[in-house]
Amino acid sequence: MMRWFAVLLVLFSTALQARIETHVFASPEDEERYQTLTEELRCLVCQNQNLADSNAELAQDLRRQTYEMVQAGKSNEEIVAYMVQRYGDFVLYRPPLRSTTMLLWIGPFIILGIGVLILLAFIRRRGREQAPAMSAEEIARAESLLNNPRNKNP
Amino acid sequence: MKKRFLIPFGLFAVLVVFLGIGLTLDPREVPSPLIDKAAPPFELPTLHNPAATFTPQDMRGKVWLLNVWASWCTSCRAEHLVITDLADTGEVEIIGLNYKDQPGDALDWLSKLGNPYIASVSDLQGRAGLDWGVYGVPETFVIDKQGLIRYKQIGPVTKEAVADKILPLVRQLKGEAS
Repeated sequence: MMRWFAVLLVLFSTALQARIETHVFASPEDEERYQTLTEELRCLVCQNQNLADSNAELAQDLRRQTYEMVQAGKSNEEIVAYMVQRYGDFVLYRPPLRSTTMLLWIGPFIILGIGVLILLAFIRRRGREQAPAMSAEEIARAESLLNNPRNKNP
Repeated sequence: MKKRFLIPFGLFAVLVVFLGIGLTLDPREVPSPLIDKAAPPFELPTLHNPAATFTPQDMRGKVWLLNVWASWCTSCRAEHLVITDLADTGEVEIIGLNYKDQPGDALDWLSKLGNPYIASVSDLQGRAGLDWGVYGVPETFVIDKQGLIRYKQIGPVTKEAVADKILPLVRQLKGEAS
């Protein structure tokens, strides 16, 4: 029973049902370029998917455009620039380093720095608290206890 | 000692403010990088007469609107009334970009609902749409006398958008030198 269920699951999985586009490339490098580009460009309609994963019509158009540009021998930079010119930085899954995206890039390091500072302050305060003052009597008693052979482990 | 409990509360408050701001933003509205840039050229057959072509160059010296529509697009139907009213004011000429549509369906649609466009062009493959950064239908662009895109409305044009944004902008642009 379980096995049949598993077979049904595979048969109806959307990943397998997704239309397979066959593109013929001049070289394996071109094909790889196409793969990388469609994985790094974002679909504008279903915004949490890249072009390679999305089956939205716009994504299909943009994949076709990418394919044609790869075939025409355009460089990756040219293809990405073409997309950015039309759809803005939004199409990039890897945002460029600019003044407007600065916080995005260095923000995590700032937060990490703050965390380290808080941790250091915390450790230092703890260190101070753990050294309670002892009187001379107390020290003598502690030493006698520690030096007593009966208290030592065999 | 009690003040320490205020720290998580303060952090929480900051978080709430940021999340609150996040709720008011619409991630589906991708700002167009084409604002204040030259309208991308195209030359496409007109819907009513496929032998004739239209290019944005034909509108040089005029302030005009490019409205992206399709007969398969549901929100275009609601928008159509607003576009018709806008065309009826006679203040601005509107060109339709019939995006990835069957010309037969598109012509039916216009004859049934009325045609507010001075011309519609057929973008069967959506290539002109791609050049204009169209990612959803409807979309509307305001183009000035020099052929620069000055405004983009993503999604249907509403009465408010016409009154608050499009008409004031068209009037202002008409005053500018070509």
